[in-house]
Amino acid sequence: MTNTSIQLGDAPNEHGYRPFTLGGFHFERDEHFVHVQWPTGRHVAAVEPFLKALMRDVAWNFFYGTVNFDSVIGTVNHYGNVDLFAGRFNEEYRKAELDHSENFPHDEIKETFQAILNDWVNEEFDPFAAPMETGSAYGEKTGSNGAAVTRTRIAAKRMVGLPADEPLRSDESGFPVNRAFHDVDQSEPDVDVVPGYEDEVSAFNFFAYLSRSDVTWNPSVVSVCRDSLLCPTTEEFILPIIHGNDRVEWFVQLSDEIIWEVEDRETGKPRAKVVMKAGDCAAMPADIRHQGFSPKRSMLLVWENNSADLPDLIARGEAPTVPVTF
Amino acid sequence: MTTYKTVFAGLNHFEKGGVEVINDNPKNYVFSNMFDVANHAKPWEKVAIAKNLEYVLEVIRAEGVSSWRTTPHDEFALVMDGEIVIDLLDPVKPLVSPSASGSIAVDGEPEGKVMGKVVARRGHLTLLPAGRCYRMSASSPSVVLLQTVFGPDTVERWFEICQKY
Repeated sequence: MTNTSIQLGDAPNEHGYRPFTLGGFHFERDEHFVHVQWPTGRHVAAVEPFLKALMRDVAWNFFYGTVNFDSVIGTVNHYGNVDLFAGRFNEEYRKAELDHSENFPHDEIKETFQAILNDWVNEEFDPFAAPMETGSAYGEKTGSNGAAVTRTRIAAKRMVGLPADEPLRSDESGFPVNRAFHDVDQSEPDVDVVPGYEDEVSAFNFFAYLSRSDVTWNPSVVSVCRDSLLCPTTEEFILPIIHGNDRVEWFVQLSDEIIWEVEDRETGKPRAKVVMKAGDCAAMPADIRHQGFSPKRSMLLVWENNSADLPDLIARGEAPTVPVTF
Repeated sequence: MTTYKTVFAGLNHFEKGGVEVINDNPKNYVFSNMFDVANHAKPWEKVAIAKNLEYVLEVIRAEGVSSWRTTPHDEFALVMDGEIVIDLLDPVKPLVSPSASGSIAVDGEPEGKVMGKVVARRGHLTLLPAGRCYRMSASSPSVVLLQTVFGPDTVERWFEICQKY
């Protein structure tokens, strides 16, 4: 059953920020913290990581499976409707019966979360940027950053760079090479096309394209093989969410290094660390949650299966937890 | 100001990470390194290093000249080390059913119209379009990561390539 009680901001508080209500959940922020209340409990979180997590949840349309903002608050995507929860994947909250979950139509929760971002993200803060490339999220309200909080996930229809598809990045289009990738070769492949085959004979410098990404921890679709999506991303510092998989997901480390902390999806108990260096390939099973740590800005290839059949397989418990057995 | 060095790897220079188990089976992560796999592969073998239901990512050790292949769906070739030349050809008649999966080898030289050629180096992504034919060549050992669907020539050797303990 879905909840439809929504309040998109009453009068601002003394710090300039509006409160928001969605069903039984109530959200407020002050200079440092976000305060979340629900019928059986409350939670406090630092503003910056909360807004970074909220930003990705909105931009990714609630992603695949569970987006944990931290160990208490998060969402579960049912692809059309979404659960907002507190303590649902926290064993101690469940034991204490402090956990709470409500289901909302996709558009309703997205509208509420977008309204929070519009009001709570200040002018100088970009939730998608690396820590050293943005201003502070803290303090009293100072303007807004509509351009940053309304970014959408880039999704090529066939391949980036093809006519009528997503464009390449360049200085001229506002995507300079990132400060951490100045040593990445920018030369393009040699492409000889016989006239008439311009839509099919195509290649581009994928690493140069990534070196010009202006965001972190934001996979974008670069090539599409039926439901198989190559979703590369550049990573720096900490993945702002803890992603609870509902399907197998794959990582290929293209450059540098990321360390993944892997926990049990239901309880949060540690299961493994996965250290990935350039050329490494690893699966994230469908019953875990994971968070990545990238000491230097790195290039990661996230590989997803976007099959429309998967949500039903998942709902019936028929989707495989691990991709292969050997 | 920090001078950053981006670390890429290749056939002759890679360092594997790994799964550090706390309470799990390392096999669940199907952990491998593509350059390690390519170092132990025959030229043009299509070794799966990732599989998600019918889809795979294959590692190909490119060395010499491949046979012609045709694909029923788009494939994408990412050069991870070295340099590859890719010839593309529009066959006079379809050589593979559009409902098939994965690329298939073509006997001999297919008849058709030349579409063009790509010379791709490390980091370059090339479209291998559906219904067309392609042939790759590499003058020195190189590595390609191929986005495709599991096909008749996909090689699975998970026990040999993945971390077990």
